[in-house]
Amino acid sequence: MSLRIVVLAKQVPDTRNVGKDAMTPEGTVNRAALPAIFNPEDLHALEQALRLKDRYPGSTVHIVTMGPPRATDVIREGLYRGADGGYLLTDRAFAGADTLATSYALSQAIRKIGIPDIVIGGRQAIDGDTAQVGPQVAQKLDLNQVTYVVNVESVEQGKITCTRHIDGGIERVEAPLPILLTVTSGAAPCRPRNAKLLMKYKRALAPLEHPAEGLPYAEEYEKKPYLNIAQWSVADVDGDLAQCGLSGSPTKVKVVQNIVFKAKESKRLTAADADVEGLIKELLDSHTIG
Amino acid sequence: MNSVYVYCEIDGTAVEEVSCELLTKGRKLAQQLGVKLEAVAAGSGITGHVEKEILSYGVDCLHVFDAPGLYPYTSKPHTSILVNLFKREQPQICLMGATVIGRDLGPRVSSSLTSGLTADCTALEIGSYDDRKTGQHYDNLLYQIRPAFGGNIVATIVNPDHRPQMATVRSGVMKAEKVAEYYNGEIVYEDVARFVPETDYVVRVLERFVEKSDSNLKGAPIVVAGGYGVGSKEGFDLLRQLADELHGEVGASRAAVDAGFCEHALQIGQTGVTVRPKVYIACGISGAIQHVAGMKESGIVISINTDPDAPINQLADYVITGSVEEVVPKMIKFYKQNSK
Repeated sequence: MSLRIVVLAKQVPDTRNVGKDAMTPEGTVNRAALPAIFNPEDLHALEQALRLKDRYPGSTVHIVTMGPPRATDVIREGLYRGADGGYLLTDRAFAGADTLATSYALSQAIRKIGIPDIVIGGRQAIDGDTAQVGPQVAQKLDLNQVTYVVNVESVEQGKITCTRHIDGGIERVEAPLPILLTVTSGAAPCRPRNAKLLMKYKRALAPLEHPAEGLPYAEEYEKKPYLNIAQWSVADVDGDLAQCGLSGSPTKVKVVQNIVFKAKESKRLTAADADVEGLIKELLDSHTIG
Repeated sequence: MNSVYVYCEIDGTAVEEVSCELLTKGRKLAQQLGVKLEAVAAGSGITGHVEKEILSYGVDCLHVFDAPGLYPYTSKPHTSILVNLFKREQPQICLMGATVIGRDLGPRVSSSLTSGLTADCTALEIGSYDDRKTGQHYDNLLYQIRPAFGGNIVATIVNPDHRPQMATVRSGVMKAEKVAEYYNGEIVYEDVARFVPETDYVVRVLERFVEKSDSNLKGAPIVVAGGYGVGSKEGFDLLRQLADELHGEVGASRAAVDAGFCEHALQIGQTGVTVRPKVYIACGISGAIQHVAGMKESGIVISINTDPDAPINQLADYVITGSVEEVVPKMIKFYKQNSK
């Protein structure tokens, strides 16, 4: 039995390194100002997909990502680890999408590819932490869904068995394909890049990444079709413009405030014995502790 | 019509705390808008066990869905319940917990109704909105307020044209307060089969292992919380000693959890537990807004940090500039010496 698997992956700004110019005046993210990484939980999802591919020979794994041209990095990182191919959704009309418009675009792309057996992605992305896109894609494609997966055990006779995290514990569930899964960081970490695959795919490019003066090694791209990463616009996925990007987003950002803490009058102390003992005595005397 | 709805999470036959918190908030929003507060409870064998409790938060109408396949929770049947109920009732607001269930269910429902959904709100208010592009003015919208983007900002999200306006809120962010022990609300026992097609019962729960957490972090009067500055698992052992001495609990920031210094259950903040202790001792925590969102209502805040300008120091009552490994043992020592 072979499986067709699509991995939803997102390139995210590394929110651990946020500068002042991180937000645009419209309140959307200024991605250009931040280092971009493979969303961590999506890497866990990729690993689950690759394990299924290892286990069920003949299975394929394709990555779908939406973002600016540089998001192609996510697809290459997938190829280096064992994915078979990828699709970059990129179009100005996709920009400013909230989770609903994002899930619309992704679901259109998946329709275009053909509904696979398994769609799998990280539970949430570190830039928004919403955990909404997975279930919304599942709804739009009328797929079954299991979220918060920590381990995919097996796929037998059209049914998948997984372990998932629930509040205060775990549960094992069985569900029929086709299905969408979201994976948490509790799942196995992703394998490293494979050196051979890195050599094979290091020049894989999406059309938008082609240099203006034309491709170096142009014939190579003709001879090796796997070096051409598919790049799709709204029209390519038969998208309805009204459901894409800002116009397809029911939620609007009313206002964005920078955080300014109202400073309290704080007592400043040092680590010296007298200071620490003084504090403990003060708290004991006021029955705050004790 | 146009009521405020709260989806109540039912574990067995018990109403989850987060749902009671949301009912309390929902009551306030409904009063402000001059509409009814309605609630949804779905489960198996819940009839007779949940109604009084849910109504006591001032619910005007409770919709009960009781059928064998509705517990344990799976995505599709609960989605069909809300989607079909909302198509009939046209609520203006729907709140649910930002729990594993709420975060599985909310997006599926919002996608089906093409309504907006804001995750992990830390405050909900009613207010007006002017759309700069269309020039249109809206009154009485739900402000869905949440920290975003690495915690450097707080965004107010509105949902002008789509209904219901949906939001999830973490457990502990709002306070639960009953209106009356016996509140006289209406109860409607809905016919589940009219809402949920048989084909929705596709996911089978084979086994469940649930352990109620042995940490009482949420209700602890004293919390000793550690951040990345604690430096190691061993550093957290030190915090545990201090917490034990003070009869408190240990908590952590996301940075400490991500670094593997302690388990995820201890995480305080927007994507963790919200605490309101009498005393909050922040050890080596810089104070990202997501963390602050989970502790800002603490009584007395003591910050121990090598960085005298750590953001958390601004909301601290006492700032000790020094390292955790130096200061915490001294606190333990002087506490032992001075307390009887």
